[in-house]
Amino acid sequence: MRSIGARHPVRIIGLGNLFRGDDAAGLLAARRLKDLVGDRAEVIEAELAGLDVLDLMAGAPAVFLIDAARSGRPAGTIHRLDASAGPISGDLFPHSTHVLNAVDAIELGRTLGLLPPCVIVYGVEVGDTTAGSALSPAVAGALGQVVERVLRELEGITCTSGS
Amino acid sequence: MSESKGTNTRTIAVDMIARVEGEGALRVTVKDGTVQDVELRIFEPPRFFEAFLQGRHYSEVPDIVARICGICPVAYQMSAVHALEQIFGLQVDGALRDLRRLIYCGEWIESHTLHVYMLHAPDFLGYASAIAMAKDHPEMVTRGLRLKKAGNALMTLLGGRSVHPVSVKVGGFSRVPLRRELEGLKEELLWARDAAVETVRWVAGFDFPDFAQDYTFVALRPSDEYPFNEGPIASSGGVNISAVEFEQHFREEQVSYSTALQCSFNGAGYLAGPLARLNLNADRLSPMAKQTLADTGLALPLRNPFHAIVARSVEILYAIEETLRIIDSYEPPPSPSVPVTVRAGTGMACTEAPRGILYHRYRVDGDGLIREAKIVPPTSQNQRRIEEDLRAYMPRVLDLPNKQAALGCEKVIRCYDPCISCATHFLKLDIQRDG
Repeated sequence: MRSIGARHPVRIIGLGNLFRGDDAAGLLAARRLKDLVGDRAEVIEAELAGLDVLDLMAGAPAVFLIDAARSGRPAGTIHRLDASAGPISGDLFPHSTHVLNAVDAIELGRTLGLLPPCVIVYGVEVGDTTAGSALSPAVAGALGQVVERVLRELEGITCTSGS
Repeated sequence: MSESKGTNTRTIAVDMIARVEGEGALRVTVKDGTVQDVELRIFEPPRFFEAFLQGRHYSEVPDIVARICGICPVAYQMSAVHALEQIFGLQVDGALRDLRRLIYCGEWIESHTLHVYMLHAPDFLGYASAIAMAKDHPEMVTRGLRLKKAGNALMTLLGGRSVHPVSVKVGGFSRVPLRRELEGLKEELLWARDAAVETVRWVAGFDFPDFAQDYTFVALRPSDEYPFNEGPIASSGGVNISAVEFEQHFREEQVSYSTALQCSFNGAGYLAGPLARLNLNADRLSPMAKQTLADTGLALPLRNPFHAIVARSVEILYAIEETLRIIDSYEPPPSPSVPVTVRAGTGMACTEAPRGILYHRYRVDGDGLIREAKIVPPTSQNQRRIEEDLRAYMPRVLDLPNKQAALGCEKVIRCYDPCISCATHFLKLDIQRDG
């Protein structure tokens, strides 16, 4: 894993807590991507990070952020948000184990002019996130799709809305 | 937030208390204008980590407990290694002891700055969030971010990364920094020291509600330094005990409305954390921290929970001064850790997490496997005091519209910087009015 000080123009940041079941979705997706992206991007497993996401993004023209989401949709649903296009809703990420969650960090960065030009957020809808729970089959299945979509986007990075 | 009305009952439900880490709920029952009951409920299976540690090798413990909390992983690691070292008869001193204080300084700077600037200051300045505050006060939020980063840099250098540090081990560290690596942090730390002084002045000028409470303060009180890793547990009532005696005085009890345990000290609620630490250890502060606190004109002991933001800011300044002191005197130790000889036994330790004393007890067998683990986090210790504060505060907000009443409760809770994720995930607020 690269340290926080490392710099690469394209960064993939996965968030989560390995001990909280589906909450680990972003972290596990990043772990898979690490073996697949080669030198196309720097992959950062940011376990338990919150506001630190701002530092992790700093200086990168393009960032992919992958985190657990909870909006009431079925577990395994994948959300894609283009934070570069405008403010993104915190409603998708209301319960982070992080003090200020990734969306808070992004919006604080936007207010202070610290947001990279291109920030794509992938949210994986979670089920059980209590301590000690296992990754659900639905989220495990979604990880492969997130990995594929991020890899596809890496081929020609664009910042357009969609889901 | 939702509201429902029965014949004589009104219920306010706030889905989540903003800027409080964790999951739980606060239920307040009001009858004929008088607060009947205040219950802080926690939903998480609270003892997962204690069970998870059983059967694990002692060497895995620092890495596992670091994942209990994203905000105070060092505290969990430190209480763990001290308890385990007690079992193995290890004494970690000299430069390794200093480095442990140093990484704890990094955590305090990070955690306290996050709370002061991003979570608590918006309450005093009338903003719903740091994001809203940043629109009007970008220079303040930017200063907070930079100050927090000074803590991050320490954590990254000593712990291998800024969150979930990986270098702490029983006996010391897996790697210790070079002198020039620490020297490289100094320039920014000197800026941070000035910024911390400004922070104390800034927050001391906030408007504080007149809300002094009769607290029993509990904190470590070492003989010759401000507390991080060591020292007897002292109380404002004159109790002075070692961590070995913790469970004789501090009792965890199950309450019917929560799956988490609530802690009491000799049968009563008590206050742990920055206010308690400062009140019991002000004479141990570094020179600039001591002077800057004196310049605020605030008289000790501070008994108003809203003054916790001042205590946190003074501790940021202390942690930066302590960091500079340690860096200036640092000579790398001959080895990054002292050798461990495993033996069976039970060990206990208390260290000062940013939110207050954190107690660990472990029983280890002759193969170095954990047979029993007990962890008492500061937030569960303060829960009872939060309830008591809310009971005292509620009359001030009862006549307000529901939304403002709920906000008032949130502000009281936030004074404690409750890291409820140590035991849980969210906080919901429910005020039930009857009559």
